[in-house]
Amino acid sequence: MTMQVLLNVVPVVVLIIIGFTVGSYRERRHYRQLAEREAKNQDVGVVNLREVISPETVGGATLVMGQAVIASDYFKSFIASLKKLVGGELQTYERLMERARREALLRAIDRAREVGATELWNIRYETSNIMSGRGNQFAISVEVFAYGTAITRKSETHAAA
Amino acid sequence: MIVVNTETIPGQQITEVKGLVQGNTIRAKHLGRDITAGLKNLVGGELKGYTELLTESRRQAIERMIAQAQELSANAIVNVRFTTSAITSGAAELYAYGTAVVVDEA
Repeated sequence: MTMQVLLNVVPVVVLIIIGFTVGSYRERRHYRQLAEREAKNQDVGVVNLREVISPETVGGATLVMGQAVIASDYFKSFIASLKKLVGGELQTYERLMERARREALLRAIDRAREVGATELWNIRYETSNIMSGRGNQFAISVEVFAYGTAITRKSETHAAA
Repeated sequence: MIVVNTETIPGQQITEVKGLVQGNTIRAKHLGRDITAGLKNLVGGELKGYTELLTESRRQAIERMIAQAQELSANAIVNVRFTTSAITSGAAELYAYGTAVVVDEA
């Protein structure tokens, strides 16, 4: 009897421990990388205004996009499924959303840089649930999609030429 | 074909509005058979395979939108927006829409 119980419980506990240790490490590393990349990208201005200022100085405009799908680790998914019993703030989801959002925006900024732009206008976000943690699988992952218009100014294109 | 998500193309004049154009794709959501997704759900982090899949899907939706605009003899699409709709059979529809216009140097 106890053998049966152990056989069921031990794998789950092992997975939770792996999820906790490796997952926490990966999350901290991701946050660190996000901070570094955001510091490097301070020169690209990002706004969610619709009307571009001084349109007569605009050289070119292109749609740029960035997206990221981030999954939660086993331990956090486990905790989140327990949290759903008692209600309250789901920090697992909050952190997932924040990471995905920051990552998507950084990628959109990279795209903008590729076309030689230093301004990103009318930035918008779209979110979708990839795995919602329902059913017998409590895996959680979200997708954030960021898109905007990259603007190059005439003076910049002339300087580049 | 110029594609932007602002309402106008700064520095250019819209001479003709052709109409609403759209493009979409439908993708299956579940990755139960994907081994790497299963591993990532253990340790967390980015599901790169999925990101690529969705990037490809959106690119396809945009291409279809551009094809429609080309049929209308437009040279630009403004005010592009994206939506994602969950379909109950475990799939999601990625939809891009915008207004096809003809622009000229102001």
